[in-house]
Amino acid sequence: MSEQQLFKVTIDNITIEVPAGTTILNAARQIGGDVTPPAMCYYSKLEGSGGKCRTCLVEVSKGSEKDPRPMPKLVASCRTTVMDGMEVKNITSEKVGDARAGVVEFLLLNHPLDCPICDQAGECHLQDLSYDHGKEGTRYEFERRTFKKHDLGPYIQLHMTRCILCYRCVYTADQLSKQRSHGVLDRGDHAQIATFIEKSLDNEFIGNVIDVCPVGALTDKTFRFKNRVWFLKPMDAHRDCPTCSGKVTLWNRGDEVYRVTARKDKWGEVEDWICNTCRFETKNTNDWVIEGPRAIDRHSVIAQGHYQGSVGMHKPTETFAAVNGGRAPHLLMDIHSVSEVNKDSSL
Amino acid sequence: MSVKLLLAKAHVEGIRGFDVYRREGGYQSVEKALKQMNPESIVEEVKKSGLRGRGGAGFPAGMKWSFIAKPEGVPRHLVCNADESEPGTFKDRYLMEFIPHLLIEGLIVSSFALGSNDTYIYIRGEYAWIVDILEEAINEAKANGFLGKNILGTGFDCEIHVQRGAGAYICGEETALIESLEGKRGNPRIKPPFPAIQGVWQRPTVVNNVETLAAVVPIINMGGEEYAKIGVGRSTGTKLISACGNINKPGVYEIDMTISVEEFIYSDEYCGGIANGKKLKACIPGGSSVPILPANLLLKTAKGETRYMNYESLSDGGFATGSMMGSGGFIVLDEDQCIVRNTLSLARFYRHESCGQCSPCREGTGWMEKILHNIEYGKGKISDIDLLWDIQRKIEGNTICPLGDAAAWPVAAAIRHFRDEFEWHVNNPLEAQEKNYGLAHYADPIHVPVTA
Repeated sequence: MSEQQLFKVTIDNITIEVPAGTTILNAARQIGGDVTPPAMCYYSKLEGSGGKCRTCLVEVSKGSEKDPRPMPKLVASCRTTVMDGMEVKNITSEKVGDARAGVVEFLLLNHPLDCPICDQAGECHLQDLSYDHGKEGTRYEFERRTFKKHDLGPYIQLHMTRCILCYRCVYTADQLSKQRSHGVLDRGDHAQIATFIEKSLDNEFIGNVIDVCPVGALTDKTFRFKNRVWFLKPMDAHRDCPTCSGKVTLWNRGDEVYRVTARKDKWGEVEDWICNTCRFETKNTNDWVIEGPRAIDRHSVIAQGHYQGSVGMHKPTETFAAVNGGRAPHLLMDIHSVSEVNKDSSL
Repeated sequence: MSVKLLLAKAHVEGIRGFDVYRREGGYQSVEKALKQMNPESIVEEVKKSGLRGRGGAGFPAGMKWSFIAKPEGVPRHLVCNADESEPGTFKDRYLMEFIPHLLIEGLIVSSFALGSNDTYIYIRGEYAWIVDILEEAINEAKANGFLGKNILGTGFDCEIHVQRGAGAYICGEETALIESLEGKRGNPRIKPPFPAIQGVWQRPTVVNNVETLAAVVPIINMGGEEYAKIGVGRSTGTKLISACGNINKPGVYEIDMTISVEEFIYSDEYCGGIANGKKLKACIPGGSSVPILPANLLLKTAKGETRYMNYESLSDGGFATGSMMGSGGFIVLDEDQCIVRNTLSLARFYRHESCGQCSPCREGTGWMEKILHNIEYGKGKISDIDLLWDIQRKIEGNTICPLGDAAAWPVAAAIRHFRDEFEWHVNNPLEAQEKNYGLAHYADPIHVPVTA
């Protein structure tokens, strides 16, 4: 009996077969597109994550072939496993749309909306979420909550006001480092991510909390206010690192490396965890072997720039002749080296 | 005079000590259960008794017990939920304080039925002195051979450990309680898996309320079928009600669920009527989380029938015109009480106690409190009432644990039944600072449409 049992599940009228034990969210990710519920706290690489943000709520209109009763409440698709013959409504359910808009409103209630000065802007899941599922205005008329500033050391900048308490960074520290030194203090709407006594986070893999953070609560201090992410060119690169896989994405402007992050897949999840040395200390182009441009397959502002479509390793083809009726461009200046630009061409 | 099963002996002098408790017939159920019965037959008796969980949800206890997984070689645990934190509820405190051996006796029998060799009492931190009472009772039981190794020579080992909480309402939710018992932050777990499969330290666990476990004693002594004859319908046995608010005789009463709400409030045997000759305005019949009812709907159902103090009758009419038995925290409000203020206090409580794990509850409870604060202090708008309704609707059912529902229901019920009082607050902001809306029409007889 090595063959795995397959369950048939229908999500928004699309039927797919998935192995038993798959969650509704992961089944929907296999279908892809609009059918996939958004996820702010679930992270497939972090054990125990999910269930908290409630953005991935879906309606189960038929429990299974054996027990066709619908589930009484909306369920968190990231933590609910599929049953054979289950029918799920995501975007086809009015209840889901209503609840999700509610969750977006709740998440934005105390969020400072300081996107113009936030380093996460452009690759922020909360921006994407509110753009896709939120309402244009808020009905909240009170002062937003603030926190006492907390210093997490030289590498990681904490903006607690932006935090949505997804707990991802807590799981990351639990699962990647020997000892977690930050966590959630207090409870309710005054719960906060912090170290108990002000203390810098210095585990060699702790920088990954920046990558798992869906919002701008944890950002890279070495990249702070340096540039907007959509002006940067993401490039896949690697190096021989003694601590981690060394597989990263470099964010360049010109030849300069502005920041280093782990490579993220189309769901915004890290492919290989990287160490602090690669992330914060290795910012010379010479340190890296560049593999080529990174396709950012997310509906973010980065993807709307020049990396849409199948850029990958293909060099753009010369189209000048094609649009110019077969004529080659008239050569105005024959430049072979950058330093020649400033030379007086008449000489 | 109704039947008393739990508190009948609670006032015998010295009942807190083992010797008097034993002389009064205590620990007979342990002898009967361990010597004459097997675990399966005990579960069967509890099922037959129709005993429903006394913590609030009212889930059949025997059914819950039968769900526990029994994998080979994995220990199972029984956990007693003594984290009684629901505002208005203080019945478990009374029971543990006056007759602690009843709980210990119930725990031994239940542990035997479930195969739990290490049983825990998770008690709220504020009940610090009760921990001493319980530990004293455990030591006495152990000294007399009812706990420890080889109980009564039957080969069954059982230890009871008392664990204090650190003062969080959320730890009364069974999975948060389990997390806290394990020494972690008391955040509710996402279900499934249910505690019956993976509970404390990933082992099969049953979590029951104090009163539920104490009720096992009379069930074993008299037999499940006899127990089921007390009460009415699916509300079997006796229930402890902790009555408080504007009544003449606040306190803990044991009722057999056949009396009417009116009798409970006005008879001298129970609450003794509304204090200071005032009139009844509203009541929260089952602890702060359940919907509040105005006087007219409390005493009579929407169909014009008398409402009784039992699970079915209190919830008659659903949330539209009914409420819930809940944990039995019976809070009575007289004509001088302000519903807006009352709702604000409850909203403030739930905001303070939300664990902050899931977004609707974390953000929504605080928002509701702020809006209610505005309305109460004369800064409200008419649109705020609809906004409140919409917020509670978006919290309810969309959270990990029932705290979200518990925060939403009181607000929903207050708006549903007392909307004109909210509107009066908004429209008369200055007047509302000085006087109350009063009884208004909330005790008027309800028009019952006659069906042909």
